[in-house]
Amino acid sequence: MLSRLTLPLAVALLLSSGCAQKDPALTAGSGGNPTPRKVLHFGNGTEPQDIDPAIVTGSPEYRLLQTFSEGLVSEDPDMQIIPGAAERWEISPDGLTYTFHLRADGKWSNGDPVTAQDFVATYQRMLNPVLACQYAYMLYNHVVGAKAFYDGQTTDFSTVALKARDARTLVVTLMQPAPFLLHAMNHYAWYPVHIATVKKFGGLTQRSTAWTRPENYVGNGPYVLKKWIPNQIIVAERSPTYWDRARVKIDEIDLYPIELADTEERMFRTGQLDVTNEVPLTKLAVYRREHPESVHVDPYNGVYFYRFNVQRKPFDDVRVRRALALAIDRESLVKNVTLADETPAYNFIPQNLLGYRSEHTFKADLTEARRLLAEAGYPDGRGFPRADLLYNTLEKHKTIAEALQQMWLKNLGLNITLVNEEWKVYIDDQHSRNFQFQRAGWIADYIDPHVFFDLWETGGGNNDSNWGNAEYDRLLHSALGAPNNRARFAIYQKMEKILIDEMPVLPLFNYTRARLISPRVKGFYSTPLDNYPWKYADIVP
Amino acid sequence: MLRFIARRLLETIPVLFIIVTATFFMIRFVPGGPFTAEKAVTPEVMRNLERAYNLDKPLWRQYAGYLGKVVFHGDLGPSFKYPNRTVNEIIADKLPVSLELGALSLAIALAVGLTLGVLAAIKRNTWIDYLCSSVAMIGICVPTFVLGPLLVLTLAIHYGWFNASGWYGPIDRILPSLTLGCVYAAYVARLTRGGMLEVLNQDYIRTARAKGASEVRVIFRHALRGGLLPVVSFLGPAIAGILTGSFVIETIFQIPGLGREFVNSAFNRDYTLVLGTVILYATLLIGLNLVVDIVQVWLNPKLKFE
Repeated sequence: MLSRLTLPLAVALLLSSGCAQKDPALTAGSGGNPTPRKVLHFGNGTEPQDIDPAIVTGSPEYRLLQTFSEGLVSEDPDMQIIPGAAERWEISPDGLTYTFHLRADGKWSNGDPVTAQDFVATYQRMLNPVLACQYAYMLYNHVVGAKAFYDGQTTDFSTVALKARDARTLVVTLMQPAPFLLHAMNHYAWYPVHIATVKKFGGLTQRSTAWTRPENYVGNGPYVLKKWIPNQIIVAERSPTYWDRARVKIDEIDLYPIELADTEERMFRTGQLDVTNEVPLTKLAVYRREHPESVHVDPYNGVYFYRFNVQRKPFDDVRVRRALALAIDRESLVKNVTLADETPAYNFIPQNLLGYRSEHTFKADLTEARRLLAEAGYPDGRGFPRADLLYNTLEKHKTIAEALQQMWLKNLGLNITLVNEEWKVYIDDQHSRNFQFQRAGWIADYIDPHVFFDLWETGGGNNDSNWGNAEYDRLLHSALGAPNNRARFAIYQKMEKILIDEMPVLPLFNYTRARLISPRVKGFYSTPLDNYPWKYADIVP
Repeated sequence: MLRFIARRLLETIPVLFIIVTATFFMIRFVPGGPFTAEKAVTPEVMRNLERAYNLDKPLWRQYAGYLGKVVFHGDLGPSFKYPNRTVNEIIADKLPVSLELGALSLAIALAVGLTLGVLAAIKRNTWIDYLCSSVAMIGICVPTFVLGPLLVLTLAIHYGWFNASGWYGPIDRILPSLTLGCVYAAYVARLTRGGMLEVLNQDYIRTARAKGASEVRVIFRHALRGGLLPVVSFLGPAIAGILTGSFVIETIFQIPGLGREFVNSAFNRDYTLVLGTVILYATLLIGLNLVVDIVQVWLNPKLKFE
């Protein structure tokens, strides 16, 4: 019996002697090359949907797209705008016309030159309604004529103000100034695709095509797609045609789609991963104590909040909304519950976004909270109607909700009911406004306070709170025409005050990204958009 | 026997039809759809998306269209979540991985389970029986999401013999198969012990002993055939489960198998992938139950095909 039992183990031992990888980060180069090949093993979250910028919507896809493609402009690790496919650009004094000059040495991975026509054809595809690109609004919200083309009012793309003046000059004209446009352009909605390849494998208006498979794919980014085994690995190899290839230091990036933080952590310990996508929260403290050199926690450009439905009782009363917001100990929440150095949020916009610092914040104030609640007719919580807090089923959201439930019970005498739903059911209830108040989060698509203020426009697609304020909307639009960021930010301060006064949402904390990063990896950290440009990272032996 | 098989296969058709129909409509009536996302899709874009996937047509027409494609072309459609892959491709890619994991786990389950079960039965109420039964009980009680990480912690992280997860080389097959196999081995052991104990008390076993057959011959020639009956009925659905993949094992060990697609497709509301994996799973289940029935008749002389 024993021999049977131990047989698999014996086989395991036998096989293991030669096979297990010990040091995958640095593997010897082929053909007797003495310089070691630099290979980065990176945990990339979930399996990407695709790598077609007109199709995808998630952040694992974002990282892949900026591995394999490059927009007109790019951002350095400090989120400053730097040249990308365009070597320089001019903005007209009225802020409406952007002229991009493409670099002469810009090349696709098949050797074709990157031209202004490539960008125009890409945007034409993006705006084609038949393709149904989810990020098409990133273009049609700004560019003259784009909305009419998208809505099918015209099929003549020459009516859209995206023009190739010649092979190396692209002119974009906007309906109204968008001071954040260059940052927005580092979003993949603005990345070019190799149109000839798209045409060859299924056509411009097909969503389901094979053009993004490794054997077909052509990109203009710092890396080329070498291999893609779904749910297992994506191999990116340094592009020989990328214009800034001299700066690219890592030869190969292996991106692993790993959903479980625990699995990632185990792979990190065996050396299979150099950078993880997450850290299991329960292990964060241990790592900080025993391997502080491996733990990296960086700010992430997003906010975790609770959204009120201001048309449902009791949250139709601003005093109730404010009372709930003032009665929370956010410091204790981030210290004892969320654990990853999140910053408590006392306003809605993450601090220091492009230098924007809110002058209007609130602070925890129990006396004021109790006063407001009594004024609303619920002294010490008496007579408070049933209030359901909706969150999507996930351990983290549950613990946060339970902590707040306790704080409201202890501080205000309120009995809040917790309700959880599966993700898509919860989102469906959010968009149909079938909730009293609910957990929510917002991660910006690009770096600018506008992203956050834009959310709360009356009737905005992602507002979902039923809240609206005409003055707020007016300020939002006037901010776009402001002559400079200083003037624009002054308008945002006024908007922030409206948000704090009316409290349609209850901000809790600003996100961070916690990662395990091997000390071999140099220069890499999580940027606020989690889109670190690979060419600045390196591996040392 | 051929008539029996033919009749059973014919019965399969309405069963599959009902399963496909029920799944098709159930997944459509669940709140949320493939394009429900935190960042709301604008109404214009949503209309175009629905048009691109024929979701704007009446439901019965979508159903008829889907059924027509599946029956006449074997085409399970494009995936909603992974637009550059079709459901046929996803299944063709992932099923072999699940088959490999399943076959290895099954081999371990049978080798370990049958040995433990037979030993426990013939050494009934001795310490060997208690040991085997306890091991089996532990196997049933310890879930895969505990056993898997435990094996990784000791054999991969502490001793460094294996990768912590992945499905790259032959060595990566060992830990997941062992984890999955152990759980099934435990069930097999308990069922074998129970079956064997029942058979060992039968008259024909006493007859075999009386006419002087050796103990080995009694066990393997006479008793095992009847003793395996409960294991065989268990193995039908179990094999279908093992072959279509194990969500937990595949997630813990990062294995690109079908089990994760089966579960995640429902979360993603990937309508076509849900249907494709359900059709596959149902077919396997029905097919394997048929095989089980045939094997049972062969093992048990008291049963007949009819």
